[in-house]
Amino acid sequence: MSTGLQTATAVLVVAAVLAAAHVPLGTWMHRVFTDDRDWRVERVVYRLVGVDARAEQRWSAYALSVLAFAVASVALLFGLIMVQGLLPWDLGRSMHWDTALNTAVSFTTNTNWQSYSGEAAAGHTVQMLGLTVQNFVSAATGLAVAVALVRGLSRAHTDRLGNFWVDLTRATVRVLLPLATVAAVLLLLGGVVQNLAAPHTIETLTGVQQTIQGGPVASQEAIKELGTNGGGFFNANSAHPFENPGPWTNLLEIVLLLVIPFSLPYTYGLMVGDRRQGAVATGVMGTLLVGTVTLSAWAESSAASGPLGAMEGKEQRFGVAWSVLFANATTGTSTGAVNSMHDSYSALGGGVPLLNMLLGEVSPGGVGTGLYGYLVMVVLAVFIAGLMVGRTPELLGKTIGRTEVTSAALVTLTMPALVLLSTGLAVVLPVSLDARLNDGPHGLSELMYAVASASNNNGSAFAGLSADQPFLNLLLAACMFVGRFVPIVLVLRLAGSLAAQGKRPVTAGTMPTHTPLFTTLVVGTVLIVAGLTFFPSLALGPIAEALS
Amino acid sequence: MTRQIGAAVKALLVLTVVCGIVYPAAILGVGLLVPERAAGQPVRVDGREVGSALLGQPPSGPEWFQGRPSASDAAGDTSGGSNYGPANPDLAAAVADREKALRAANPDAPQTIPADALTASASGLDPDISPEYARWQVARVAAARGLEQTRVLRLVDQHVRRAPLGILGQDRVDVLELNVALAALGRG
Repeated sequence: MSTGLQTATAVLVVAAVLAAAHVPLGTWMHRVFTDDRDWRVERVVYRLVGVDARAEQRWSAYALSVLAFAVASVALLFGLIMVQGLLPWDLGRSMHWDTALNTAVSFTTNTNWQSYSGEAAAGHTVQMLGLTVQNFVSAATGLAVAVALVRGLSRAHTDRLGNFWVDLTRATVRVLLPLATVAAVLLLLGGVVQNLAAPHTIETLTGVQQTIQGGPVASQEAIKELGTNGGGFFNANSAHPFENPGPWTNLLEIVLLLVIPFSLPYTYGLMVGDRRQGAVATGVMGTLLVGTVTLSAWAESSAASGPLGAMEGKEQRFGVAWSVLFANATTGTSTGAVNSMHDSYSALGGGVPLLNMLLGEVSPGGVGTGLYGYLVMVVLAVFIAGLMVGRTPELLGKTIGRTEVTSAALVTLTMPALVLLSTGLAVVLPVSLDARLNDGPHGLSELMYAVASASNNNGSAFAGLSADQPFLNLLLAACMFVGRFVPIVLVLRLAGSLAAQGKRPVTAGTMPTHTPLFTTLVVGTVLIVAGLTFFPSLALGPIAEALS
Repeated sequence: MTRQIGAAVKALLVLTVVCGIVYPAAILGVGLLVPERAAGQPVRVDGREVGSALLGQPPSGPEWFQGRPSASDAAGDTSGGSNYGPANPDLAAAVADREKALRAANPDAPQTIPADALTASASGLDPDISPEYARWQVARVAAARGLEQTRVLRLVDQHVRRAPLGILGQDRVDVLELNVALAALGRG
């Protein structure tokens, strides 16, 4: 079978699983976030934390809670990493302070950029108490913010968006924990290791020494993919046989990456009382993902016909097709796990994962972040369409006025501003230029990929870049924090402003937002925004490399 | 804000107990039911651990099947690929070196070298090679062991693992398992 055909088959298999899963999961999440009763375990949490579960918050209080939780998370995770030498199962591993700070911000922002190597720097206690926990709660934060925005669209005449602590707890307890537990057991049965062993050395059959690693990997792997986090237990991430031992675990991991982002549109449709709106979201996300998979499959399959078969940086058990699909699923969902090394892809094959990030992570985007990123694009699309036909732009009976458009525009501008300014800074400073492994256009791609990955909270890497140095650690930490929380605050402001409005009745003059035409309009908006912003720098990186 | 930070710290601590202790401990508990899998499928010969069925091993003598090239020599203390881009001259040099070494060690092998023999894997610990690369090595292994080529070839064919359903991943041969069987063949 040709690589192209193999990739098409792989896409169909994954699409079939997602098609089967999105209705039950989407319906479940709708129930979770609209349920007016609490589970007993949740009531225990609320009592310990000291929050009134029935007290809803204004957008500003909701945003403050998100920020407070993030600050507390960074501080506690940083502290935990710095004192890991005093804790059990540290295995003698440690991080320098700038690496630790970068890591703390990285896992809190759901980026999971790793400037450390798992085998060298993170003991089992930090992996479980620190990194696994942030894998859960950073994803739950994304879900909470997305749900708050959807409430803004579905409610009227209110200044309340829900309670962050309730949404955070429910997302963790009712959505992520049950799914992660099932996934971790399946991964364990598929061969992913789960133990507390220290590395030990054995002598092979042929008389050579080899170190065998251990660790609570299955529990972390499951939530790493499900929460679109992506921080590998080991340096090689999901290419490591202990994280991803075979074709079945690989399929499961790809599905885990995509299942929440592709089920949330259904939840959105139910929450706004119009499932067609959810179908449009799925359509936009699916179109973009299939488009980027096609582009990179084409690039990698032409490389695969050469003597090296495009196998540099890929694993035999996955092959080119399942590596390409994983690469797109992981960059399209802002995960950043890898089962193959993107730095070794052909120029265009590696450029497409970069493109996936520069689209603003809506193909389909991370857990929660994908849906709110998509809705921001919808606001822009509605506004542009309104300007074109000279009508007041409306979305689901809400007027897209000044507050709405400025919020949406600022969200859209944050990431490009971060990416372009930071890449510019990185290419003029010798300290970051020396960190490149490859020269020329590919070297520019390495730097731009790192900054785009951080600013989009993706976390995947052109791993040739030696990013573990104070300058890049701090620059990327700043990109991650700003790239995560500035958009979140603006999205909540947008939600607050939408919720305060009444609902305008649908008239003959209302532009429908549930049609294929509107799907096309949103896809176009995403592509044009990314194209206008990034084409010049892409031309100097992957495109120049492909043409040379 | 102070009240919010207080709530945040308390929420984080409670969720740390749930997600950072109870959850991994539960999965560790399930692991006790499948101890071999939880430990990474160790391979034992005469009671001695000689590796993991999931991990590729460092290269060795001509009488053994060799795994794929590794950026870390499959030492196991770290993992990862070369990260060379396709136009990187270091990649071309590494491939040329590998080709030369393979030709020198396998004078009787077919002209075309399989791609997975020339390229470093993503993990540096790829346990598998393609069936083509396994067959490509048969002449050398058989000669070094004084075995008939057909016998070694049959052993390779017995160890080919097909891609599940014909579409998940690719066909492959686990090098350690093949070598364990090879050692047993020599004795038997």
